[in-house]
Amino acid sequence: MQCDICGKRKATVHLTEIVDEQMSEMHLCEQCARQKSMKMEQQFGLADLLSGLADFSKHVKTDVKEVLKCEHCGMDYEDFRKFGRLGCSGCYESFQAHLTTLLKKIHGSNHHLGKSPQKVPPATKKKIKDFHNLKDQLEQAIQVEDFEKAARLRDQIREMEKKGKK
Amino acid sequence: MKLDDFIDNTGQWLKGTGDHANIVMSSRIRLARNLDLRPFPNRAKKKELEEILTMVKEAMDKTDFFKKSIFFKITELDQIDKQFLIERHLMSHEHATNPEGKALIVSEEEVISVMINEEDHLRIQVMQSGFDLEETWQIANSIDDGLSKLLEFAYAPRWGYLTSCPTNTGTAMRGSVMLHLPALVMTKQINKILNAISKLNFASRGFYGEGTQASGNIYQISNQVSLGHSEQDVLQNISGLIRQVIEQEEQARQALLLQNKPMLEDKIFRSSGILKNAHIISSQETVELLSMIRLGIDLNIIKNVERKDINELFIMIQPAHLQKIEGKKLNATERDTRRASLIREKIGGE
Ligand SMILES: [Zn+2]
Ligand SMILES: [Zn+2]
Repeated sequence: MQCDICGKRKATVHLTEIVDEQMSEMHLCEQCARQKSMKMEQQFGLADLLSGLADFSKHVKTDVKEVLKCEHCGMDYEDFRKFGRLGCSGCYESFQAHLTTLLKKIHGSNHHLGKSPQKVPPATKKKIKDFHNLKDQLEQAIQVEDFEKAARLRDQIREMEKKGKK
Repeated sequence: MKLDDFIDNTGQWLKGTGDHANIVMSSRIRLARNLDLRPFPNRAKKKELEEILTMVKEAMDKTDFFKKSIFFKITELDQIDKQFLIERHLMSHEHATNPEGKALIVSEEEVISVMINEEDHLRIQVMQSGFDLEETWQIANSIDDGLSKLLEFAYAPRWGYLTSCPTNTGTAMRGSVMLHLPALVMTKQINKILNAISKLNFASRGFYGEGTQASGNIYQISNQVSLGHSEQDVLQNISGLIRQVIEQEEQARQALLLQNKPMLEDKIFRSSGILKNAHIISSQETVELLSMIRLGIDLNIIKNVERKDINELFIMIQPAHLQKIEGKKLNATERDTRRASLIREKIGGE
């Protein structure tokens, strides 16, 4: 039996769910099941959903049709399946189970062996953050027509830009 | 430097110098990079794209690599300028199609170019004349290192660099080599070789871009896999493969000379004759004939034309280039006429 979510791996976990007073069965592979249980745990704090024997009280409603969504950019997995492009780097975490299989299929491996980025030094990180904060504040000041503040902020930004170029 | 300054020059990668320059036109490395947790360009809103663009541009201005470069917002370019940059292999069709929030940076001599907000936030390209993926990689690698101290790149230890399309995940690197293989085409061995290349998980495509049929007997070969092998490994593998293809082409050239030198000379001199005398010529016919002249130069059959001039003509005979040179819009017939006169100017015809 194939997994109901990814349709690729063998279903080894059998889950009973109650939706709209209707009992339904789901057959999932281990990876999809783990992901689903993590999500449901977050939602309902239930630990033993996977037993398949859990006695759900009728008021617990979950929507089986609920799609797998990236919490960072809101992309859902179906969109990715249709267009083949992910929405943000966070999607990799959100769709981890599916991507592990997919990457292996594409590349014959799912383990990176190349270089890694240099670290952004914390001081630079703070500077970049401060810089963008100032820019946001400037935008706000202009919006509320506080031109005195805007002028001050603009000078500060220019000062930072000058330093940054050196 | 501005866009129009490009017309009088061509990129370093066309100079016809470097290792195996008789067969290898150029070596290129492309790296895809993204900013962590920012939406990928296809999903980002206009404001988000502009923020990303600003961040990337600021970081670039702080490094030494882009001191003498030229920066374009794609929205500020007209149709011919966009086409001109595509023809020069500096940006993709995709980049030109939805210009909002997109930009391009090109370094002096066109060795380095970066597309901002194409499919990924950054597409770094380094391209050089001749066969030297290793040195080309070193340049790309140091640009990447420099930028990664200023921008937080999307990266996961287990999966490497995270890209919009999972076919690029991992090293997010494509190494490619552009080869001129007329003898393999003439001896009808090319398909056998291209088949072997695709079985080894490498991609091949034509000179005039993705999805095009090879014309002018020029082929680009690049790696497809980006996960599970280090950059060095991938580059060594391609280089090994390329060396074999070069070897095959050399042998095919010798075989042609040995078996039927008069036929080969006839073909080469006729090509030269047409290009020197034509007053109206299509781009398809041009590239086939240029290929023969290039082969003639390599085999020392043609002596008074330089390889560099032929390499440059492969780029300059394209529609947007002709229109930039002429400084106005040209229709198809006018282009065929201008193309013929440009070729005559370059290779000394009547
Ligand atoms: Zn599954
Ligand atoms: Zn996402």
